[in-house]
Order: sequence, then structure tokens, then C-alpha cells
Amino acid sequence: MAEMTLMQKLEVLADAAKYDASCASSGTARKNSLGGKGIGSTEGMGICHAYAPDGRCISLLKILLTNHCIFDCHYCINRKSSNVRRARFTPQEVVDLTLSFYRRNYIEGLFLSSGIVKSSNHTMEQLVEVARILREEHDFRGYIHLKTIPDADAELVHQAGLYADRVSINVELPTDAGLTRLAPDKDARQIEGAMGGVRMAIAQAKDEKKRFRNAPRFAPAGQSTQMIVGADGASDADIVGKASRLYDGFKLRRVYYSAFSPIPDASAVLPLKRPPLVREHRLYQSDWLMRFYGFSPREVMQATGEDGNLPLDIDPKLAWALKFRDQFPLDVNRATREQLLRVPGLGVHAVNRIIASRRHRSLRLQDVGRLTASISKVRPFICTVDWRPTALADRADLRALLAPKSEQLELFAA
Amino acid sequence: MSSARSLRNVKLGTYYVVQLPEPDDFDFWRERARIMVQCDVPPDRIAWIEPGGSGDLFAHGDRRLPVPADPARPVRASRRFLALAKNAALHSDPDRWALLYRLLWRHQNNGRIMEDKADCDVARLEALDKAVRRDSHKMHAFVRFRMVEVDDAAGTPQEHYVAWFEPEHHIVRANAGFFMRRFANMRWSILTPRGSLHWDGEVMREGPPALRADAPAGDPVEDLWRRYYASIFNPARLKVGAMLKEMPRRYWKNLPEAALIPELVAGAQGREAQMVEAGALAFEARPDSLEEIGKAIHACRKCPIGLLDNTAVMGEGPRDAPLMIVGEQPGDKEDLAGRPFVGPAGQLLDLHLEKAGIPRDRTYVTNAVKHFKYVHRGKFRLHQSPAAKEIDTCRWWLEGERALVRPRLVLALGASAARALLGKTVSISRARGRPQPLDDGSELWVTAHPSYLLRLEGEAREAQTRLFDADLSAVRARLEELCAPGS
Repeated sequence: MAEMTLMQKLEVLADAAKYDASCASSGTARKNSLGGKGIGSTEGMGICHAYAPDGRCISLLKILLTNHCIFDCHYCINRKSSNVRRARFTPQEVVDLTLSFYRRNYIEGLFLSSGIVKSSNHTMEQLVEVARILREEHDFRGYIHLKTIPDADAELVHQAGLYADRVSINVELPTDAGLTRLAPDKDARQIEGAMGGVRMAIAQAKDEKKRFRNAPRFAPAGQSTQMIVGADGASDADIVGKASRLYDGFKLRRVYYSAFSPIPDASAVLPLKRPPLVREHRLYQSDWLMRFYGFSPREVMQATGEDGNLPLDIDPKLAWALKFRDQFPLDVNRATREQLLRVPGLGVHAVNRIIASRRHRSLRLQDVGRLTASISKVRPFICTVDWRPTALADRADLRALLAPKSEQLELFAA
Repeated sequence: MSSARSLRNVKLGTYYVVQLPEPDDFDFWRERARIMVQCDVPPDRIAWIEPGGSGDLFAHGDRRLPVPADPARPVRASRRFLALAKNAALHSDPDRWALLYRLLWRHQNNGRIMEDKADCDVARLEALDKAVRRDSHKMHAFVRFRMVEVDDAAGTPQEHYVAWFEPEHHIVRANAGFFMRRFANMRWSILTPRGSLHWDGEVMREGPPALRADAPAGDPVEDLWRRYYASIFNPARLKVGAMLKEMPRRYWKNLPEAALIPELVAGAQGREAQMVEAGALAFEARPDSLEEIGKAIHACRKCPIGLLDNTAVMGEGPRDAPLMIVGEQPGDKEDLAGRPFVGPAGQLLDLHLEKAGIPRDRTYVTNAVKHFKYVHRGKFRLHQSPAAKEIDTCRWWLEGERALVRPRLVLALGASAARALLGKTVSISRARGRPQPLDDGSELWVTAHPSYLLRLEGEAREAQTRLFDADLSAVRARLEELCAPGS
């Protein structure tokens, strides 16, 4: 076969990377290219340079080094037994592509992953080599996210962390049984072992940085992971439980959920129906509840239905509030911050504004309306000086009143 | 404000007009505003006018500033107010200066006014600040440089990166630092209708407003970028609303990738259908009885084996069999007979089962692949091993059988059968002789396929036969354990 052009390789290897949900470039150490030889800066906030019609942010050049793979994970388009077109970049090609995109301000940096070729160590060496050339030869100070290979040598993973802003290892499936079944070459304990190793290295580097100004940084944007939703039988309760264990156990910055999407050349052991995209959305919402709203995993699970899944028609916070109606209505002029965060329709920002404002005036319903996005959703759960929702809160059809009118949530709902 | 003292320095009836030199000159406003507060000029007595603004309306206003008393009293402004005001001043709303002054004025009586988020002026200031932050953020995101080669003084060509951008507010100067820090060692220019920025690697220069025609029309790298944009998009998850919210149409004309959007959206449904079809998966429910599976497999064309001239062969045996034996695929004889394990390998299997004390009539026997795969060699149909993908495809049927028979123990004969149960290819020599748990709670044992024994000769055959027998006895022993009462 004739050598593929750079354009063809980019097509194949970007296409192969599109199932990874993460494209974040935020939360890393501040750096810029003043006084350096190259280009690049990170200023804390991530930047989405474009949005694809799937609504996802394009912040990084997200590609695989190669989509050749010796593993045979059933949900993956690049598995050994799949018939996809294969391609392979050299590290230098990835470096050149990253720099020429970055100079034109298309991207914040690089998110590099790879199929496993030859061996895990060989693959990891290649990934690290790309990061090394960018950082050392070109003094590139933009964002680098490296996917690490769970069973590669700890030393290689360590090097990756020294060059990259963020490293990640995908746990892939929420249950060990799912992993055994769908990713037979992967091993849950090995994945968690590698995540534990990265966690220790991050903690150690932070500690050293406190004591020595010139201590090297190690993955300053932390580590993240991704779980595929809907490829195995795991319920939302299982997934929420797993995510909370991952956040606690490995101090992850983010757990990404990726609704299993039909892939070309799919394996026959996959489920035949894809989960609705809104399920993924509900999981992100529950993730937010745990990280920013003071909900415990147990409380999020209380919002799930009998099948262990979160309702699809309403958000998990509203589902929780409808189950625990005796906690409402809350007086916005008196309730604590923790209580206000439980009110459906009030975000962290709105709660902060309510607390600041009520020092100056007794809030009326109209005032609350100015502080939040939508008063109609909040109204049944709060009291103000001039408002008390007695009749509303006891109505049996409150859920129907508050659930968004049935709309077409996705274009091709399965 | 209390009356008499506060209006001490104001000539009653005087209307002041302050002309700002630049639309984004916050420091100028700050100086003038401080003097106005010190002179107790109430907000409704000042008109703030920026370049190009409607100056004539206030032609009879007083353009001289009042002079504050000496010593002038201090002017209060919270840090939060200053931070917000400085940014909100970049907004294109001509009333922003008056709003800022009104809030500064109110600050003198209430130092914590910024905390009252329900106040209309505070809410408006926050809205302006938010709009400007968003516009700056979009500038960081959507500036697209195009490279041109320009000869420097010595005549050597230098790369110069030029962008055209149309901001909504007066944000260009305020964002020079961002691009300088990011592209410190690059020569670049950003041209906008509100002024331009030029960086040569050492010095930042500001230039007059520019025209789109001043910027280069294209860059060959944009083809690569467009290809990337089209490839990273997943047509199975079209969410146009989410895209439009963050990348509104008004930015599209200056984004090289945006030209592809209509085509990508229109093609998405077709591409998703194609993706699914390429998997050749029928998204139907699996039949829920062995009879129906037995019928349905005849119509199965999910892999190319089903297209050959052959007959599907269903497993057979009692539907409550504690043991399920899985072979590779029907052979020539089985294909003709329509029953599993009736050819030479099947006969050999029967022999060894009997030797091990496993009754075949209490066993469910089936194959990993339901159709015979072969190539023609003269008059013969020569067996061909199924490919991994074909085994994986056919696994759907085998799982249907397993779900209905629910054996306590599954014995896989050969690598193909092992793959059908484990989902990965294992080496028989390493997997044999020990149980492996399956996800339904049953256990899997792996051994060689009897046809392997048929292909061997002499000592090798004897050695392999001994191993085969040992595996079968181990299976029988384990089966007795599993089926013992109380286990």
C-alpha cells in the first residue's frame, strides 16, 4: 500500500480518537512563553477553540499516535479484530502538527493517546518521546495531556507526568465484570494500581514544590479517567458509586462519562441499543452534585429509581427534592448555604448571590428571580417574604409540572 | 447624601460634559469621576461622551471640571467594584460610564453596595462585566492566524502570523497581554475594526482600525485543520444547539472550519446509519427459546460464512444439561447431517467422553460458529478456521444458548471455542487444567479440540491424548462436585 499522506493519517487517527470524551485544558499551572524560546501559555482557564456539531468543545489536538492495537476490547473501534483503516504517526509528525496548529491559535495543546503496538512499554516510550520533543526541543509551554498505558513501567509513567499537564488512565467500564467481559486484555487491578501510582507521584511533587522552589512539576492538572456508560449492565447507582470511589481513592480531577456510541465494525457482544445521550448528561449532573453541592454518593443514589438508574426526564437534584419533600419549602432569607444548595434550580452561583444579598434586604420573590436563571423551577421549594408555596408543594402532580415538556432530546434517539 | 454640605461645590443647574479620549480609557474616567464625587456632582448632572458619541446634544454643557475643596475628601470604592468597573468599561454600551458613576456615587453612602446582587445597578454592572469577559474569552478562542512570509531588513523571509477578528466590545487593547504571553517568540498581528496589535517578538505596537482585506485570505494548514474538525466530530451525537450556544453564527465567517458545519450536520444521520450498518448488526431481540434460535440461525447473514452454501447447525442435548461442550464449527459431515459432532472428530470425542465417564446424552453439545466455513479444493470442501471477528459475531447465538440451558460448567474445545466464551484468544496449553469463572456464575474449562488429536501422529498424539483425557476426568470430577446435593 502506498504511504499515506499526512492528511490521510490525520483523518484516520483523529477519527479513532473521537470516542474519548475529555478535551479539557483547564486547571493546570500557569505558564507562558515570555523569556523562553518557544510558544505557549496556560492561564488556568481552559479555552475551547471550536465546537463540533456534536456540541463538544475542541480545545486540544486529540489524536492517537497509532490505531494499530494488540488488544481486543470489544467496545473499541481500534481493537485487533476490527477492520478499520490503520495508520501511524511518527513522533515528529505529531510534534509538527501540534506546533503548526498552535501557532495559528486553533488549539490549547495536545491530547495524545495510542493503540498498543509491540508492547505497552514501547507504546509509552513513543508517547513520552512526543512530549519530550515538544517540551525540550521546542520549549512548548502549551497544554499536554498524555494517556498512559496501565501496565507500562512506572519509570515511563513518571516521565510522562514530568512533561504533561495531565495524565489519564481510563477505567473503561464501571464494573470489574464488565471489564473482564468487554476488555479481556485489561485488568482492573492493574488500572487502579497505575492510578494509585500517579496519585502518589502527584502528591509527592506537590509536597516537594512547597519546600523547594525548583522541584519539578508532576502533572499539575492532575489525573482524570473515563467510563463508558451503557456498554455493560451497570446501573447509574453502580456508576455513581464507582465514580465516588475513584474521586476519593485517587484524588481524580474529573471522571468523564461517555455514552457508548455505535462504532463501525462493532463487536457482536456489545449491547444492541445505545443508551440515550441524556443518561450521560444525568450522570454528569450527579457528578456535579457530589463535587459542588455537598451531596454524598448515598444521597445521589437515593435519587435513582427502582432499577438503580437516574430518571431521564428530570435532573437528579429535582428527583431528590421530590423524594424528600418534607425538607422543603426553605426560607431563602434564613436557610443555610448547605440547605439552599439542595433547592432544585439554584446553582452555586445563585446561592452565593442570595446569601450576599440577604444581608442587605429581605428577599422577595422578585429579588430571587433576579438572582437566578428561572424562578418557576425554584418557586415550589422556597419561601420569601411575600411567597409561600403551600398548595404547590403538596400537589401530587408536581413532578409533571416541573419536568420539561417532552421534547425531542436527541435527533436519533434509539 | 446629606443636603447642604454635599452640594457645596456645585453650581446649581450646571450640567457637566466629560469627553473621553478613547472608548476603553478606564483610567481617564476614574480620574474624572473622583473629582466629580469630591465636588458632589450628582449622577444626573454629568454626561459622559466617548469618541464618535453624540456630543452635540450636550453642546451647552460645561466642559470645564469643577475644582474640589482643599483638602478634598477621600472617595470610597470597593476592590470588587473597581475590578468589575475596569472590565465593564470595555463594553460597547454608551451608557456604561454613567452607570459606573452612579454606582460610585452610591458607594459613598453604602460601601457594601456591591454585595446587594438584587440591586438593579449592581445587576447591570455584573451583566456588562460578564458580556465583556465572554467577548474576551471568544477572542482568545476564535482568533485564527494565517501565516505569510515577509522579508525582514536583511532580505531573509520571516514567518509572520496575521489574524482578522471582529470583537463585539472594546477589548482589543486589554487582551494584547494574553497573545503576547502565549506567542512571545512569534511575529504576529491581530487586525480588527476597533484597532490592531502588532508584536515583533520584543515590542507591542498598536495600529489603527483595519479592514478584512488587509489580512491574508488563506493558509494551507487550514485544510489540515478542517480535516481534523470533520474527523473529530462524532455523527452519532449531533447536538447543534449546544454548538450554537458556544459558537454563535456571527463568529462563523472568520472561522475556517465553520464552512463545513452545514455539510457535517446534514450528513450526520446518514453517517450514523452507515456506522451501525457497517457493524452488520441487526438490532433485534434475541429469540427466547432454543427452537427459535435453531430456526433463526439459518437466516443469519451477519458474517460472510452465512453466505456460503451450507446449513446452520444448532446445538443439541437436554435443555437442563449441567455440562455444555462447545466446539469450533460444524465440519463437512455435520453440515450435511445438520447435527453437531457427528464427523470423525465427534466420534473421537464420544470415545473419550465415555472413557472419562461423561454421559453424552446428559450433555449439551454445540459450536462457537454455527455455519461451516470452507474453501473448495477440487471435489472437497476444505475446512477453514473462522476469523476472530466471525467468532465474535456468532457469540451472540452461543450466548443465547447458554442463557437458556444455563449449564454449571462449560467445556471449550480448542482456541476458537475458548475465544467465543472469553472474548479473547488464549493459548490452550496455558489455559487448560483449571477453571475460569464466567460472568453468569458458571465456570469454563478449556481443552484441545479432538480434531487436533486426529492431525497428530505417534508420540505427540499419545502425549496430547493423555492431556485430553486428564482434562476430561478433571471436568467430570468437578462436575460431580458442582452437582453434588447441597453444593
